[in-house]
Amino acid sequence: MGAQPVGRIRFMDQQRVNLDGFAHEDVALGLKATDSPDDPSPSLVVRDGRVVEMDGRAAADFDTLDAMIAAHGVDLAVAEEAMALDDVAFARLFVDVDTSRAEVVRLCAGTTPAKLARVVGLLRPAELVIAMTKMRARRTPSNQAHVTNRLDDPLLLAADAATAAAFGFREIETTVPVLADAPSNAVAVTVGAAVASAGVLVQCSVEEAMELEMGIRGLVSYAETVSLYGTESVFVDGDDTPYSKAILAAAYASRGVKMRVSSGAGAEVLMGGAERCSMLYLESRCVSLARALGVQGVQNGGIDGASVAGAVPSGVRELMAENLMVMARNLEACTGNDALMSESDVRRTSRTLPILLAGSDYVCSGFGSIQRYDNMFGPSQWNAEDIDDWLAMQRDWGVDGGLRTADATEIGRLRREAAEACRDVYRYLGLADFTDEHVELAIDAVGSKDLGDPDPMVVLSAAQAIRGSGIGSLEVATALQECGYDEPARRVLDMLAARVHGDHLQTAAIFDESMQVLSLVTDPNDYAGPGTGYQPSPERQAEIDSIRQARGVEDLREDQALWAGSFLVPVGEAAQGSDPREVVIGVSPGVGRTVWRTLSGLPVAEVLRELLAGLEEEGCRARVVRVNSTLDLGMVGLVAARLSGSGIGIGLQGKGTALIHRRDLAPLANLELYSMAPIITPALYRLLGSNAGRHAKGATPVPARNPYTDEAIEARYHTSVIALVALERACVDATIGNEDLEVRW
Amino acid sequence: MTTAFSGRDSADLTVDRLTRSELQADDVRIHPDTLARQAAVAERHHNAQLAANLRRAAELALMSEEDVLGLYDTLRPHRASAEELEALAGRLDAVPAPLTAALVREAAEVYARRGLLR
Repeated sequence: MGAQPVGRIRFMDQQRVNLDGFAHEDVALGLKATDSPDDPSPSLVVRDGRVVEMDGRAAADFDTLDAMIAAHGVDLAVAEEAMALDDVAFARLFVDVDTSRAEVVRLCAGTTPAKLARVVGLLRPAELVIAMTKMRARRTPSNQAHVTNRLDDPLLLAADAATAAAFGFREIETTVPVLADAPSNAVAVTVGAAVASAGVLVQCSVEEAMELEMGIRGLVSYAETVSLYGTESVFVDGDDTPYSKAILAAAYASRGVKMRVSSGAGAEVLMGGAERCSMLYLESRCVSLARALGVQGVQNGGIDGASVAGAVPSGVRELMAENLMVMARNLEACTGNDALMSESDVRRTSRTLPILLAGSDYVCSGFGSIQRYDNMFGPSQWNAEDIDDWLAMQRDWGVDGGLRTADATEIGRLRREAAEACRDVYRYLGLADFTDEHVELAIDAVGSKDLGDPDPMVVLSAAQAIRGSGIGSLEVATALQECGYDEPARRVLDMLAARVHGDHLQTAAIFDESMQVLSLVTDPNDYAGPGTGYQPSPERQAEIDSIRQARGVEDLREDQALWAGSFLVPVGEAAQGSDPREVVIGVSPGVGRTVWRTLSGLPVAEVLRELLAGLEEEGCRARVVRVNSTLDLGMVGLVAARLSGSGIGIGLQGKGTALIHRRDLAPLANLELYSMAPIITPALYRLLGSNAGRHAKGATPVPARNPYTDEAIEARYHTSVIALVALERACVDATIGNEDLEVRW
Repeated sequence: MTTAFSGRDSADLTVDRLTRSELQADDVRIHPDTLARQAAVAERHHNAQLAANLRRAAELALMSEEDVLGLYDTLRPHRASAEELEALAGRLDAVPAPLTAALVREAAEVYARRGLLR
């Protein structure tokens, strides 16, 4: 039995990062991020226009993935040039701002899976950021939300979809805990999204055949969970082949439905089918296959297996390299940051930040916009509680992570309209009747736990009715219109019209709020170094910068005015005192004029009351003087001390910082400083008063200990300090002199 | 403007017509010619594979919902024999859907080699 580790180690063991699993590299299990010794060496042999060997395997031994990639996925016109290019020279093209995206795309089209994995695997993290900035397909970044709940409650789904759209998500992905509920979820999310915004793409992720059926019937506008795997065995276990997926891809497009595939590290490892290959190589096979199938995009970067990649060395780097391979193959990248890969806020931020900085077609392939417990994909890397963090990170770096702040009143209004519209549509279509109480609960709900215990059969029978009677988005649009929701009805119809146009079938297509398609075709990424590429428009930058928590001096002036009173009345010029028991309390210029409340939330009047009580306990006589010439606390205290009969003064700033001074000291050399204004208690102010009194009597009091905190006290209060100082500075007037103040309670 | 599967002009997709119940499912269904046009756009933007997919989609656009769903199911592993896949390819030729038929024949060959036939 080992000895118990020392306290420092026990303390470290308790940190949340140690809830995560970390694995030794193990090639046999596929626990290797990049460069497994069993990854094949890149090779390509072409004879008579056909690939006869690829990555060390002869055509006769091709599995279904090889066969599809070799037949359709490699541009033989550039293959010889691309395969002959030195790996390092190739990797440098990704970060060379003088080599265009189009040129890298052209060359990558001629690479085999092993070649592309090897080249991208050479890029270091900062190089991945540059490469992603340059290589993503669409110029304008965007983001996708998960909107689901444990109950498949339609009213909550609608309210949450509206909320997600209000925060700026341009795609909403829902899914179900109960498969048969799927059509109901699709309708509810469609209604909610249309209430908040035009052009939001909606999908419902379920089993392939059911999802296709909903797409064909017009209940959803895109599909994403069309899974690809890096080995044939895992593929077949998933009841598909590359050829069935190719049919699926064409089937979606045949009804004007946008579609991307889903892959990512760790899936093969979890299914015991990694075949000793590295995660990056297996994923390169998936991405090559995606291109061969002719889909417009890929969701990867771990996804459900992200924590597997996170468990091995350089795993997070591998996840980003996966995304880059998608971009290099000229496809839309939906860059993971999906399933929660760590219990540690530091690690999950570390995993996501480079992609947020670089910008991606969809930074998250599912930001959980709802409660973690309501996320039927499992908790996301980012969840409802993180929306403000995300907005702050966008603002900190001045980058576009796809989200925007939303006004609290507007969110309330949209949730109401969405829940009511959904209730009315369900009633109109004869799907279900929901009570007013249920509507109210859904509007205010943080999550489904706030809904009580609704009857699950209501949703199930609504879903069966939708499926059975062939209700599609056209019927939903009609119902919205008939129930008086003209704008949402038009938005649903516009999404149907978009299907007829088919412009959103092109790579990386989203709709902006005026229904313009932004894609590789209409909004191509043109990054070529500093001063080029995507720059938020002034309007968009304002959205990023203007988070709802931001405050200015005027906000603080209004806050302070709420506490205004007339407890300090000037009674004349302050004269020199002579009573040896007198202690002068000097207050800064704004106290009782513009500043009424300290950073700790105490009214300044109450602070004065405590100081006076402390002085009284020591039998001292107090005089309150406003020092008008300065707001420097040391000087305020020193002026007070010089006016004081005892030679001891107290300085107090409106924000609550205080000190004890003596007339013969230098301005900055005080007796006691109470600097932690946000956490000074009334008892501490009373002690300050007492100690000043003891100093006045010539005693040596025990100095007060400043209160301690481990909170980010400066982050919390510095903006208020700046505004308070501005308010005080406006009151500074050196011509007035020092005024005696009468305190009136 | 774009013509829908039904032949209706997409400019006709208005809320007014919706209210008058004048719009049918095929009025909001994409036309094969539109898919062919999108294929040409994809080709111009350096993605021949996306173009090929959209051309197959143009073929499937002619088929019923049931036939499309059935086609997908038949291509899943161990669903069909070589003969059944060939028969399917023959039916696709008749649609006409020659590109999709070619893909099915290619799949049949690979499935036979990899043991994925029924």
